[in-house]
Amino acid sequence: MFGILLAIGAVVLIAILLLIYRIYTLVNVVRGTEKKRVSKSNKVNAVLFVLFMLIFGGWFFYYSFAAYDKYQVPLASVHGLEYEQIFWTTTWICVAVFVLTHVLLFVFSYIYRYKKDRVATFYPDNTKLEVIWTIIPAIVLSILVFGGFQVWADMTDAAPPEAEVLEIMGYQFAWEARYPGEDGKLGAHDFRLIDAINPMGVNFRDENAYDDFIAREIYLPKGVPVEMKIRARDVLHSVYLPHFRQKMDAMPGMPTRMWFIPTKTTAEMREELNDPDFNYELACAEICGRGHFSMRKVVVVVEPEEYAKWYAEQQTITEQYPELRNLPLEEEELDETEGAGPVSEVVESEEVELSQK
Amino acid sequence: MATINVEKSHTGGAADAHAHGAHDHQQSFITKYIFSTDHKMIGKQYLISGIFWALIGGFLSILFRLQLGFPGMDMTFLKPLLGDWITTSGTLDPEFYLALVTMHGTIMVFFVLTAGLSGTFSNFLIPLQIGARDMASGFMNMLSYWFFFVASVIMFYSLFIETGPAAGGWVVYPPLSALPEAISGSHLGMTLWLISMTLFIASQLLGGINYIATVINLRTRGMSFAKMPLTVWAFFLTAVLGLLAFPVLFAAALLLVFDRSFGTSFYLADIYIAGEALPHVGGSPLLYQHLFWFLGHPEVYIVILPSFGIVSEVMATNARKPIFGYRAMIGSLLGISVLSFVVWAHHMFVSGMDPFLGSVFMFLTLIIAVPSAVKVFNYLTTLWRGNIIFTPAMLYSIGFVSLFISGGLTGIFLGNAAIDVQLHDTYFVVAHFHLVMGSAAFFGMMAGIYHWFPKMFGRMMDNKLGYFHFWATFIGVYMVFFPMHYIGIAGFPRRYYSFTNFDAFSGFTDLNMFVSIAAIVTFTAQLVFIFNFFYSMYLGRKAPANPWNSNTLEWTTPVEPGHGNWPGEIPTVYRWPYDYSKPGAKEDYIPQNIPYAMTPESNLPHETAMIDMEKDDDAVVVDREGKH
Repeated sequence: MFGILLAIGAVVLIAILLLIYRIYTLVNVVRGTEKKRVSKSNKVNAVLFVLFMLIFGGWFFYYSFAAYDKYQVPLASVHGLEYEQIFWTTTWICVAVFVLTHVLLFVFSYIYRYKKDRVATFYPDNTKLEVIWTIIPAIVLSILVFGGFQVWADMTDAAPPEAEVLEIMGYQFAWEARYPGEDGKLGAHDFRLIDAINPMGVNFRDENAYDDFIAREIYLPKGVPVEMKIRARDVLHSVYLPHFRQKMDAMPGMPTRMWFIPTKTTAEMREELNDPDFNYELACAEICGRGHFSMRKVVVVVEPEEYAKWYAEQQTITEQYPELRNLPLEEEELDETEGAGPVSEVVESEEVELSQK
Repeated sequence: MATINVEKSHTGGAADAHAHGAHDHQQSFITKYIFSTDHKMIGKQYLISGIFWALIGGFLSILFRLQLGFPGMDMTFLKPLLGDWITTSGTLDPEFYLALVTMHGTIMVFFVLTAGLSGTFSNFLIPLQIGARDMASGFMNMLSYWFFFVASVIMFYSLFIETGPAAGGWVVYPPLSALPEAISGSHLGMTLWLISMTLFIASQLLGGINYIATVINLRTRGMSFAKMPLTVWAFFLTAVLGLLAFPVLFAAALLLVFDRSFGTSFYLADIYIAGEALPHVGGSPLLYQHLFWFLGHPEVYIVILPSFGIVSEVMATNARKPIFGYRAMIGSLLGISVLSFVVWAHHMFVSGMDPFLGSVFMFLTLIIAVPSAVKVFNYLTTLWRGNIIFTPAMLYSIGFVSLFISGGLTGIFLGNAAIDVQLHDTYFVVAHFHLVMGSAAFFGMMAGIYHWFPKMFGRMMDNKLGYFHFWATFIGVYMVFFPMHYIGIAGFPRRYYSFTNFDAFSGFTDLNMFVSIAAIVTFTAQLVFIFNFFYSMYLGRKAPANPWNSNTLEWTTPVEPGHGNWPGEIPTVYRWPYDYSKPGAKEDYIPQNIPYAMTPESNLPHETAMIDMEKDDDAVVVDREGKH
């Protein structure tokens, strides 16, 4: 019953609005408003542009300063510092251009609104002006590009040889992190070896894998370069570490990598932010399905000594599941699997891939 | 048949044109309104379809904005519409959330801003502005619309199937889009998406070839490329871009079809999913990304170029000034068109491709900002010392420039690989492309609709409602998309169903709510436009022949041009389209079809010299209807 009343009310309301609109148009016809070239609205619109500029511009500046702490992500890597510099340089240049062009746009709109006795200036071109405003943006952009090259080259360069290596694998909908163990070498992996107890498909025919361990939380040493070797098991994911200003897609079938130097331990950051619950987080930045928004893993940055201690305490995969050590697939068996090369080849190709970068 | 008639009359003159008049009356409802080969009707068909899709696409965005602004809100009231996509606890299903995002993107980019914008205005304006009786091939043109229509039906249908529409993002990256095990949208929904897009590509190619052929071959006497309105230049280059880029998307889609249905491994390798290792080896997901963005980036310009053209035209007309730097405007259009093909990999800086490639694409990407900057400065100078009449179309054009600046500047951040690493796939990207491509192109489209409505339907739209619509939309889109920059700088990833799982993304609930409310209000304000559009179509004030005192040829046709556009001979063109406020001239505009011989008082020296050349022309016909 209520629904019907509501519907009737809506219909009546629409009918009234239509009627008002119709009367208004008829009044305009009688007045002959449309015969004039411009109406009063012309000035109203011109003024509104200026008002829009002032109110919106003011709000923009106010909010950008007032909310700085809310949108500024705490920073914890060497590379992140470079990022911040180039980001803010670009921001200030863009804000200047943004303000200048908008002031011109809206002020011109206001000043040069229609006036009956004025004739617009016939001004079809001016080569000098056009050359100037082609060259100036070109120069400014070149400066930004070269700044960008520098930072980009630094961060995508090969990781230093002393870097701590770990492997991150994304899958629906979580991450696994594998450390190389005492020998510092990650064992080979093969997606056909994946099962419930070997979620990363580590190939234990490779002796390097014997001391590998999988960590529940990602531990990183402070002040030491960390290299992440990245892959995915099913669909695309993206390793995203907002506090370290790092991101790299994870793909099945094509390993990727990134490296950085953490500069603050979790404890230091907690103190700095005055937030005892603070944690560095790893998120997924590439759409990967239903649970895309829940692929969280905690990253813990500690002092190198503490890191070494933690590292030594970890239980290796083979300690956890001794049967894995006894059950590596025979080489022939893998060879027979349709369409795939032998495991050794898979491993080699990955190394080649990495050394190329 | 129509094609033959058109070509004959183009060369033949008045006698054939009369035959056209007779032809007009014989049309049945079906040949006139449905299977029409008339470019004007096809343009209107695209427009109405575009408006329909814009409402659907907008509505989908409201659904996911509700979830983002009010996480976990009770949506039981939507159950009659969405069925099981509302979970038993009344919340939106996370997988359907992704489907909504995907379909919103697909619909807006392809069905609204490609078909609805370039389809409408290329069809409607190219023949009218270059002085042609119709498109080069009216039949192909009709096919183009109907391919699009079938594509639309399939895409629309996919919204309602049980496993849901495609849900892998509008870029449909494999393996997610290739593996039904990975997400339910990759079942039938993805198949329908691919079929629909294939038909859509066919439609675009049919249309594009036609636009190009028409512009090259059917320009009226005197309409050299150097006298063409910027609209036509823009539509022409848009069609060239589409012709070169869409086949690549077709290839990408075809390989995806093979991977999905025939067991090939173009994009798939080393996958373990749903408890088993798949047999695919050797494929590369990167290959798909390269192919997709080879279309995807030019697509951005396919969307924005027609708006450039429309805005140039509307702005010159309503500032009563020639567009500043006509040649520079064409040059920048050309520059943007060429460069748009060599910047695609800036969407892939963190995809794992070679970092050296990243440097190259960063450099090329920032170069493309130069012609864009030139365009902006030229627009500003066009306004300078003008005599601006704020029609709704003019308001939208100024709004376009503002949005293009705002969105373009954030592109400088994202084009820089070093900055993109942090901002990639965050709300900063969402804010960027919604301003520069979504809203700006939408504003161009609105400018076009308000400006050419009188030519389309012979009636005027209501100005006051137009003003209201503009201000609500202009303020609205800034309220929606500007805050997203902050959310993006704060690192919030896009395509997240909710942010509650992360401490790092736990802030900004207030801002997200603000954005959602702004989006709902802005969307609702579009109903004013819908009302104005349909009401004015039937009951609007009758339009004069040249309501905006404009120079281009379409305004020399009768108020409602019939089949063949001009009842008599096609007017000859003598001058460029931007002779506004010429010193000495009686009025502040001189249409393109007025010979210099008739305007001795305002001719520049080199133009006076051209009077003799006009006389040499064997058929100088002074179009008496040209002056209203």
